[in-house]
Amino acid sequence: MGKIQLKSVTKAFGGVKVIPNLDLDIEDGEFVVFVGPSGCGKSTLLRLIAGLEDMTSGTILIDGKDATNLPPAQRRLAMVFQSYALYPHMSVRKNIAFPLMMAKMDKAEMNRRVENAAKILNLADYIDRRPGQLSGGQRQRVAIGRAIVREPAAFLFDEPLSNLDAALRVGMRLEISELHQRLKTTMIYVTHDQVEAMTMADKIVVLRAGNIEQVGSPLELYSRPRNTFVAGFIGSPKMNLMSGAHARQHDAATVGVRPEHMDLSTSDGLWRGEVKVAEHLGSDTFLHVDSKDHEEPLTVRANGEFQVKAGDVVYMTPQADKMHRFDDKGLAIG
Amino acid sequence: MARQVSRQRKIGMTILAWFVGFLIFFPILWTFLTSFKTELTAISIPPQFLFFDWTTENYVNIQAQANYFHFMMNSIYLALGSTVLGLIFAIPAAWAMAFSPTKRTKDVLLWMLSTKMLPAVGVYIPIYLLFINLGLLDSRLGLIIVLFLINLPIMVWMLYTYFKEIPVDILEAARMDGATLRQEITQILAPMAVPGIASTVLLNVILAWNEAFWTLNLTTSNAAPLTAFIASFSSPQGNFYATLSAASMLAIAPILIVGWFSQKQLVRGLTFGAVK
Ligand SMILES: Nc1ncnc2c1ncn2[C@@H]1O[C@H](COP(=O)(O)OP(=O)(O)O)[C@@H](O)[C@H]1O
Ligand SMILES: [Mg+2]
Repeated sequence: MGKIQLKSVTKAFGGVKVIPNLDLDIEDGEFVVFVGPSGCGKSTLLRLIAGLEDMTSGTILIDGKDATNLPPAQRRLAMVFQSYALYPHMSVRKNIAFPLMMAKMDKAEMNRRVENAAKILNLADYIDRRPGQLSGGQRQRVAIGRAIVREPAAFLFDEPLSNLDAALRVGMRLEISELHQRLKTTMIYVTHDQVEAMTMADKIVVLRAGNIEQVGSPLELYSRPRNTFVAGFIGSPKMNLMSGAHARQHDAATVGVRPEHMDLSTSDGLWRGEVKVAEHLGSDTFLHVDSKDHEEPLTVRANGEFQVKAGDVVYMTPQADKMHRFDDKGLAIG
Repeated sequence: MARQVSRQRKIGMTILAWFVGFLIFFPILWTFLTSFKTELTAISIPPQFLFFDWTTENYVNIQAQANYFHFMMNSIYLALGSTVLGLIFAIPAAWAMAFSPTKRTKDVLLWMLSTKMLPAVGVYIPIYLLFINLGLLDSRLGLIIVLFLINLPIMVWMLYTYFKEIPVDILEAARMDGATLRQEITQILAPMAVPGIASTVLLNVILAWNEAFWTLNLTTSNAAPLTAFIASFSSPQGNFYATLSAASMLAIAPILIVGWFSQKQLVRGLTFGAVK
């Protein structure tokens, strides 16, 4: 079981309120991702849940029981750190077994669990090495191994992939998702990378300056962002946000159109523009277009076969039903 | 970023480094050579470098005049005693400052180090009087306490820079894994800090061994270490340079040997935290 509830949680460092007031329910077995720009308080929130930081005020319940004043070890949560935080003077086997040794588990059961974790994570070949002799990806696996042997109520991940190179990151992302399918244990995952959030989460929590901007499934956030911040943060490339005359036409302070929701033509359309940069990804091409009708360059997605290069003139027409409208406070209308 | 260094420049720097190294080492070399000369060759002009009649008579004389072993045992007691006492206080202090710092931790550290800048003579009279009243004059215990106190700031500072290098994440991971504070310290922190503790011990032993102000001024014979042993050969008959050199060699030999074998750790210890 791993249901986690935060009630009116606040956290201040010195006089600085990092988390002003936050309520959140995390259901058992969910894969929840905290996402937001750097410095918005994601790690702090995770560390409050872990018990590594004390809350300034508020309550945290784990499986319905008050855990506010429990020390980290008694919360039955396992954490995977961005730096891996392996014990450098111990072998991989001892690293993984460490939490079980602390729990004074009997030898036979301990060995069974360590072997099992090593098998799941493909660590069997390195089990007697020291962390210093492993690659980044292998270290990450050891850190995950150390977490899973405990069979915790929930896993906490703090940007676990940000020290890996891009190719490895995609691989590990899949592995962690598979691990979740297999264990069906609650996972809370912190990242500043919205692609990771979109691809892995059951539920995304978008944070800004310690406040929750929106909670929802990846597709909910994509299709119904609650405000301009979420609209701009979720989705890649970013949504085109326009204010002024274009917005007033639609009775809004700001309107947004995603790059994939604009029809492109070389002959006619609503807005005329000149292609500044064309990024060819093969399947798609992203165009950055300068248009006299707009202050900011627009981003448009074209089919990979669409023949275009820098300097070409194109016409763009937003799909009316995919348009997002926001009021003068940045909140979504309708 | 790797910088291209020209060949000439490399050679030039190498020669310069050897020259400076030799300059620093020269006094010890000269003392060593002089200790094997007769008193007459020792003051002969021009000075004789290598080609003189080597003799061990100075060493023989010294053994006859003074109980070298007594002084050396005192030096060992003082160096080890003050170091062990120092560790007992410095480790927890450095731990606290490194892992739960407050706003004023940096100031406290600087203030502690600044006490090293005070001239020792400034507190000589009060400490002397205190020692008389407490009956600590010319006692090993009294000197151990003084040496421990004057080196404590350096020990705390050095251990602090070492502990700072240990990522807090690792300690937090241990905490999540169910380690008690004691297990966290004994099973995770201590093994990781061993090199730092070792070089701190080494440096402190050397500092205590070489300390010459308090050891000379607070002892007469009973607790007198090797610094007093050397000094005893300088007065009253006038200076006998060859004998004095032999006494100096005997006094610095133990620490020179220890230092030679641990120079890597020492250099690392002194620059730790500075280079990263
Ligand atoms: N121990 C601390 N003391 C003081 N300020 C802190 C501490 N930890 C974090 N902060 C501040 O809290 C804010 C949120 O930090 P953090 O939770 O690490 O952000 P994120 O993980 O989203 O990048 C930052 O402004 C950071 O400077
Ligand atoms: Mg963070």
